[in-house]
Amino acid sequence: MSNDLINVSIWRGGEDGEYQTYQVPRLESQTVLDVVTYIQRELDPSLSYRFACRVGVCGSCAMTVNGKARWTCRTHVSKVAEGGQLTLDPLNSMPRVKDLVVDMETFFNKWADAKGSFKGDKTRDDALAYISPDDPKRKISSAGIECIGCGACYATCDVIKWNPDYLGPAALNRAWTLVNDERDVTGLERLAAVAGDNGCLGCHSQQGCVERCPKSLNPTGAIAGLKRETIKAVLKGELS
Amino acid sequence: MKNIHNHPNYWAFIMHRLSGLALAAFLPVHLYVLGLALADSSAFDDFISWSNTPLLKFLETGLVVFLSAHLTGGVRLLALEFLEWRDWQNSMVALSCGISICAGLVFFLNAT
Ligand code: SF4
Ligand code: SF4
Ligand code: FES
Repeated sequence: MSNDLINVSIWRGGEDGEYQTYQVPRLESQTVLDVVTYIQRELDPSLSYRFACRVGVCGSCAMTVNGKARWTCRTHVSKVAEGGQLTLDPLNSMPRVKDLVVDMETFFNKWADAKGSFKGDKTRDDALAYISPDDPKRKISSAGIECIGCGACYATCDVIKWNPDYLGPAALNRAWTLVNDERDVTGLERLAAVAGDNGCLGCHSQQGCVERCPKSLNPTGAIAGLKRETIKAVLKGELS
Repeated sequence: MKNIHNHPNYWAFIMHRLSGLALAAFLPVHLYVLGLALADSSAFDDFISWSNTPLLKFLETGLVVFLSAHLTGGVRLLALEFLEWRDWQNSMVALSCGISICAGLVFFLNAT
């Protein structure tokens, strides 16, 4: 194979489908998303995929690249195309819509199930809460807050493959950032939502999510934190 | 292997599962043999001399490694989940691995 061409096999279709192969010119500093975009613009306009920001902010471009979930806009071809070959699949553990597009509804609904939205009890007339950036709980919260919702962790997690109702690393990580947010008042209601086998207790600490998170977050650490809070609450008799 | 499972913490998980299953399977055998010692000491002695072959010693070494791996792996998980997260947690896989191999070696050298 020539050095200046990449051989790209892309999953075409939904749950049923097949790989289609394209040859794409190799460019310097080319990302996997650049390759997909080239194919759609120059070779095959029927190819479906998602992206928005192209700079690692929006979390919409994740795909399975040579077997691993990655954000494609910030993945350089030179880093992943072994022997000039790229194989692109949609993310695992989410229903396939078409080509590289998956249905992320369940993934995001689980954030809601994990009580992933902030609820405060102050009004605009109250004074602002003063929380020092050095506050230990604030630091824990800040460590997990940069999630872009790309789903790479979710697509990698084995527990979701075994138990489709498992909330998953991203939703649980989100819940943990809120558990440590002093202004939030959801408290035990959230802990009850994330305890149990579909929540933090389902996690086997294999850390596939940590391996694959493009933002280098630590969902396993967050889930371990939820496990500790759950056990504390059970010991205090607040949760049963 | 370019596989999403090829990282130390996953291997630690597999080792914990396998050693757990092996130990669970071994436990009834262990209790049965101990029971023999009470019920029928000549059968027990026969069993012990049978188990003195090199192959059996080799298998027992494997068992010791599994036992030690399950123990240290379990401590690793407890530390992981009950202590505040530490960045050295990845080294715990290596530590648990090392301790298990040492335990196996000590047993094997003593046995031979
Ligand atoms: S550590 Fe837990 S959440 Fe993360 S991939 Fe493993 S099982 Fe899933
Ligand atoms: S935790 Fe990481 S891998 Fe998971 S959705 Fe957020 S940014 Fe993506
Ligand atoms: S396109 Fe926005 S993160 Fe890749």
